[in-house]
Amino acid sequence: MSLAEPILSVRDLRVEIPTPHGVVKAVDGIDLDVPRGSALGLVGESGCGKTMTLRAIMGLLPGRAHISGGEVVFDGTALSPDSLGRLRGDSIGMVFQEPMTALNPVMRVGDQIAEGPRVRLGQSARVSRERALDLLRLVGIPDPERRYRAYPHELSGGLRQRVVIAIALASSPQLLLCDEPTTALDVTIQDQILHLLARLRAEMGLSQVLVTHDLAVVAQNCERVAVMYAGRIVETGTVAEVFGSPRHPYTRALLRSVPDFDDRRAQLESIAGMPPDLITPPSGCRFHPRCDMAHPDCASVDPPLKALGPGRGTACRYHEELARSG
Amino acid sequence: MADTNWTTLLEVRDLSMHFPLNDSLTRRMRRKQVDVLRAVDGVDLTVARGEALGLVGESGCGKSTLGRCIVGLYEPTGGQVLVDGQELPSRREPADRRRLQMVFQDPYSSLNPRMTVHQAIGELLRVHNVVPRNRVDERCRELLDLVGLPPSALDAFPRQFSGGQRQRISIARALALEPEILIADEPVSALDVSVQATVLNLLSDLRQRLGLTMLFIAHNMAVVRHVCDRVAVMYLGRIVELASGDELFSNPRHPYTQALLRAVPRIAPGHATQRDAVTGDPPSPVNLPPGCRFNPRCPRAADVCRVEDPPLERRGEHAAACHFAWSDPGREP
Repeated sequence: MSLAEPILSVRDLRVEIPTPHGVVKAVDGIDLDVPRGSALGLVGESGCGKTMTLRAIMGLLPGRAHISGGEVVFDGTALSPDSLGRLRGDSIGMVFQEPMTALNPVMRVGDQIAEGPRVRLGQSARVSRERALDLLRLVGIPDPERRYRAYPHELSGGLRQRVVIAIALASSPQLLLCDEPTTALDVTIQDQILHLLARLRAEMGLSQVLVTHDLAVVAQNCERVAVMYAGRIVETGTVAEVFGSPRHPYTRALLRSVPDFDDRRAQLESIAGMPPDLITPPSGCRFHPRCDMAHPDCASVDPPLKALGPGRGTACRYHEELARSG
Repeated sequence: MADTNWTTLLEVRDLSMHFPLNDSLTRRMRRKQVDVLRAVDGVDLTVARGEALGLVGESGCGKSTLGRCIVGLYEPTGGQVLVDGQELPSRREPADRRRLQMVFQDPYSSLNPRMTVHQAIGELLRVHNVVPRNRVDERCRELLDLVGLPPSALDAFPRQFSGGQRQRISIARALALEPEILIADEPVSALDVSVQATVLNLLSDLRQRLGLTMLFIAHNMAVVRHVCDRVAVMYLGRIVELASGDELFSNPRHPYTQALLRAVPRIAPGHATQRDAVTGDPPSPVNLPPGCRFNPRCPRAADVCRVEDPPLERRGEHAAACHFAWSDPGREP
């Protein structure tokens, strides 16, 4: 799987947001590879740059945010503002966090799904309508003929998110970028949507990038994971490797701060301090002010993401010490 | 955990909160039927002194409404709220309000943006005469210290704090009146995981130090498991299962609880499932299904479930509202 050429590779991607207080380096030189037919989880806390990464790939950066460096290669072609226009919503689909705001409130959901095939692929109204009905069935919406005519407010959160997924699938993309696809949903509905995404991956070979702050969602639904902190990727690997034996103190701290009902602990371990300001990030390793095993030189040496093996990397210079301490 | 020697501090008897929908004078004059949303529909609960009771359920199940009825923000349409055996009127006197305090979900909207921390907490202390006027400043500092904030925070505005710090301020504000019962409505769901841990640890710590009784409302099962002694599961305005945390998580009896637990993603490997834990969406609380409210989604539903609404039936310390909760353990779906 990892031998084949990845469907998406990101090299040294940088996103900057100019503000009156200075330039926020929201994404600061990250590398990512999404293998074909698999799901990559991108996790981190709010403000770590995970959504900005996704939006940069899709060319949907908000406001004055812009890509200031790096390249994104999709299926062998480097993406540029020109080629993005063709690929976006065609070969690459996107699922947004909040299904109510992602949908047009005054347009029937069926027409919203049919719009893509009609406008982008030039299909007739009748053909695109059939396509939309097929998609409604594919994403598991009961009674598609009736739901086609519904407006978003008439649907529940789970059904709305299914509609958003159907829109993203309308032009048969090879890659689906999902930005917190289940954060706004209840746990039983989240379970249904995640099963739907898993089915699309298994049946259609649809590659996926899942951005979320929920480690457990990634643990159960992705093959690979990249952990982001302050605009950088600090650890990558398979889910079993990263969650089973983390090799970065931030990953380990995150795992220890999550309450897990399989294992009730007296005290949760929290991470001291706050995520850094990305206008003037800390010198050296960005995590060193909050790290429980920081060495004196962590404040001066900026550690790159170092390969530990194929597809496994950590940005901690003392990862061996971490592995020994367990 | 659920020690029978504990004395009951908070008791809720048959509490209902029905919101009329599309109610208007014209509709009434035309004798048109007014739809009613049954947010809370006959809930009985007891919370022992010093206990933390968790209330879980999905959005729209009525858990926040129940919390708001108990604290007196809503006037319930039926039932009683008793503290220490005394019924609290639905229009509360200041002295009643002091006994129950609430921490809200969103620390960004629950603090007045134009008041400094000192003003917000000091106002409460003065209005309720908690301490003599000349001790208000001192008490504000003590309260901040209690929740782990420096005295310098007193003169800052809410916008100068992070989400976790704001939630600490909300907790300090709730504790300013020295309540016996703290109702925490999703206190950590707006926070990042690393911050969530510090707030949860603070709540556990305060409970031990101050002997607080807590009603902890949350949708995150793992968080409730961590904080609470006993857990009540709500579905469409009713409590469907109630047991100690250990019992509920290891031996759930209601099919809804079982589905909820299966649906929660876990970090530990080997929990991924192929099938949806439960199909469909919850029905609307305006048009409730006849019989058991869970029957349209229940994998075990039989004919009796479509006709007869099962009461919350107790077996020792464990209670469940399902016709087959105890009689048919072999029929696990």
